Amino acid sequence: MSFSKRLCVGVLLLFSVCLSSADDSEFSQKLAALTTTKLSEMSAAVEDVANTGKEQALPYLDALLNNQLYFRKSDSKLFRIDTSKDPAIMTEVAVDKKLEGADTSDFKKIIISNSVRTKLREVMARLQLASSDTKLRARAAREMLGAVTESDKPILEEALSKEKNDEVIALLKAAIALPQLDSGTAAQRLAALDNLEGNVEPAVRNRLNQLLEKNADGTFIETDVAVRSRASVVMGTIESKLQRYRLLETIFFGISLGSVLLLAAIGLAITFGVMGVINMAHGELIMLGAYTTYVIQQWLPNQLELSLLLAVPAAFVVAGLVGIAIERGVIRWLYGRALETLLATFGISLVLQQAVRTIFSPLNRQVATPDWMSGSWQINSVFSLTLNRLYIVVFSLIVFALLSLLLKKTSLGLYVRAVSQNRAMAKAMGVRSDWVDALTFGLGSGIAGMAGVALSQLTNVGPNMGQAYIIDSFMVVVFGGVGNLWGTLVGSLALGVANKFLEPASGAVLAKIFVLIFIILFIQKRPRGLFPQKGRSAES
Amino acid sequence: MNRFRSMLRNVALTTAVSASAFTALTAHAADTIKVGVLHSLSGTMAISETTLKDTVLMMIDEQNKAGGLLGKKLEPVVVDPASNWPLFAEKTRELISKDKVSVIFGCWTSVSRKSVLPVIEELNGLLFYPVQFEGEEGSKNVFYTGAAPNQQAIPAVDYLMKQGVKRWVLEGTDYVYPQTTNKILEAYLKLKGVAADDIKINYTPFGFSDWQSEVASIKKFGSAGKKTAVVSTVNGDANVPFYKELGNQGIKSDDIPVVAFSVGEEELSGIDTKPLVGHLAAWNYFMSVDTPENKKFIETWHKFIKNPKRVTNDPMEATYIGFKMWVQAVQKAGSTETDKVEQAMIGQTITNLTGGKAVMGKNHYLSKPVLIGEIQEDGQFAVVSQTKEVAGDEWSDYLPGSKDLIADWTAPIKCGNYNTKTKTCGAK
Repeated sequence: MSFSKRLCVGVLLLFSVCLSSADDSEFSQKLAALTTTKLSEMSAAVEDVANTGKEQALPYLDALLNNQLYFRKSDSKLFRIDTSKDPAIMTEVAVDKKLEGADTSDFKKIIISNSVRTKLREVMARLQLASSDTKLRARAAREMLGAVTESDKPILEEALSKEKNDEVIALLKAAIALPQLDSGTAAQRLAALDNLEGNVEPAVRNRLNQLLEKNADGTFIETDVAVRSRASVVMGTIESKLQRYRLLETIFFGISLGSVLLLAAIGLAITFGVMGVINMAHGELIMLGAYTTYVIQQWLPNQLELSLLLAVPAAFVVAGLVGIAIERGVIRWLYGRALETLLATFGISLVLQQAVRTIFSPLNRQVATPDWMSGSWQINSVFSLTLNRLYIVVFSLIVFALLSLLLKKTSLGLYVRAVSQNRAMAKAMGVRSDWVDALTFGLGSGIAGMAGVALSQLTNVGPNMGQAYIIDSFMVVVFGGVGNLWGTLVGSLALGVANKFLEPASGAVLAKIFVLIFIILFIQKRPRGLFPQKGRSAES
Repeated sequence: MNRFRSMLRNVALTTAVSASAFTALTAHAADTIKVGVLHSLSGTMAISETTLKDTVLMMIDEQNKAGGLLGKKLEPVVVDPASNWPLFAEKTRELISKDKVSVIFGCWTSVSRKSVLPVIEELNGLLFYPVQFEGEEGSKNVFYTGAAPNQQAIPAVDYLMKQGVKRWVLEGTDYVYPQTTNKILEAYLKLKGVAADDIKINYTPFGFSDWQSEVASIKKFGSAGKKTAVVSTVNGDANVPFYKELGNQGIKSDDIPVVAFSVGEEELSGIDTKPLVGHLAAWNYFMSVDTPENKKFIETWHKFIKNPKRVTNDPMEATYIGFKMWVQAVQKAGSTETDKVEQAMIGQTITNLTGGKAVMGKNHYLSKPVLIGEIQEDGQFAVVSQTKEVAGDEWSDYLPGSKDLIADWTAPIKCGNYNTKTKTCGAK
């Protein structure tokens, strides 16, 4: 800045340079104010920065909104610091240059509150309307819809004249139309309503609702009959569109809950369904998978994606080996004695829990989620699919496909099916049944471990996490039909969707109870589940 | 299982009886003052309560370094009620009858306190309870140093109202503390002119993890054009998936802020705080508050626990205040006798760690300031609002059944549930 000042003094004739440097210095003053302003006056300071700086204020405002704007204690220069990486990435905002080797303790963060955040979004939206990124423009237009006034009309119309994207055009048109509903003539209001048709934005819906409301004395707020009837038609189209999206959303929620159930239960479908072992430690094998994810993340703190990718096979191996150890050490002595197996594996589950408590502490562990797995896929403002759930649905289907391929197409799968259907005959044919038992149990346990990796992205990783899934897993396997993988798939998805349809009506607590009662009644009617096994193995 | 437990109980009882007979025989010279510590060191509550046990031990250590009390050293007696509610009562009996402790610092959950209550009243002991709770209780033998609903929930709602919030979601875990708090809040909001349509109350089970529908319905409720906030009494583990789902469904803290009463520094230290930034919590203490008292407290804590990364939290401050007050009351009474200390406690004053004074009221509740903080990325809170000292309201003014009740342990009332209308004690 001092350079441009000198330029000013030196070359007085260059008037324009002086003017722009005056603007610059005002801007830098306003920026400097950010470092000293009290939290209660921050909103005004932010507005000042946006008004004087225009586009060049955006990087500062963006950093501030993301809680990443710091200033150096020595010279109050502003930096963007990303502390989620180690070492932290520091960028001087004014020159967009990285700073190497500095210590974060030399910097102080500029703290903002929710009211400042609201202000930031509002002022940034005005600036971002001209952005080259379609997503940003859509977000800005959407943001403006919430608090649009007549005075915004020029910038909105200017943006609209340049806009090519249909989604943004619709949003901009709505933003121009909304204030007209307040002030225009009846004809203008009717025209404005045309621009709002099919728009599911909450701001639009609420404004339309107001048009249809009555005053305290029973007269309509909106005096014109034609406008009123048009508004109710437009509202009707919006409502029916909303209903459709809500239904889709509920189905997605159900499928996503179902896929979690599927992941938790599919390992059990092998150990309990195929082998007939009641394994109460199944939940703890899931927990081991989740802890494996945690440990690998500790080893590779800066490579989230890689660590998660590595965690899947690692969890399979860890949980699988523990499973084989359980089978060789305990369960093989107890085949045919279901009650003792149940008690012994329950004991194992307690041992595993306490072991984890001793090694990792009883506190929950923090497993980080990669950025591409958080957030949601925004289809429109009322319908979005959360990404982590979406990936888990895909993951569970892949696991299911691989597992059924393994059982159908490989020789191990053939042995497993042979032993489970008729042990004596399989033995007579030269199948080493005890070896097959160990591998089958290891396979089921390993898959439980893989489920743990997925669950670590959704919920707490702690010593008790397995217990939350053991009941649900048994429920799914019994409902779907013991010994039938397809039954587990259909059972888990059906239970998930049913639960999610019940939940809004009855609340989460009752929904769970209803599902449980339903299963009890269902099992009374069909003791062998949805898809009972047929043929010789069914009679044994 | 049950038979096993009752067998254990019998064994515990017989040992307790024989041990107390033994101590009675020896009739030792009382050269120490015994302080009972009744916090779960195993089981589900160990996560939270172990910290408080360490806090009491630290305070005893400090007091002994400063010369003890009444010329005697303090001696901690630590027992483990193992997150087992009936065991809390048995351990209390053991502490008072066998170990002859002068005071007990303990309990976390309300159900454990309710379990201790009849025993401590029967044996005329003293209990300091340091955790925020639903109120609706008054006992001569208990001092409540945690926040009553009017010292946490109501100021938080007031703050949000000032921020323009018009619609309210009261989201809680399905048990006594959220249900009572939500009942009080609902009555309060209606009194403030909030329409019934603008209040949504919802409960989820303990450890709930699939928040998709709940969050979607909050989002739907919040899209009605009025500024909406969530008042969360969601407990423990269920908070992490709740906040994650909020973040993933794109609910930002400036759209729909969530104010929580059970999320503090300790709870945040185990989770990824990125999706939580900007959401709120209401407590009487935050570790980030910059006062000389707090700085000294944190330093002492780190030195005592030998880990500079450990955080401090609100129940720790409540334990600190309770302990300091008890020491002052014993000095004032010149004795550790329950009745004398109980009377000396009333009116005791301590400088809060967050500035200002905590005063023990006639109702055995503290008056202290209420702080609202926004969660920061480092798991600490930035204070956005601080009230003056608020006196704890034992029987809520907003519930029909307890509106007229007060607790007053000074003469002439001396009653924990005195009805100011009928002028009688023991109405409820």
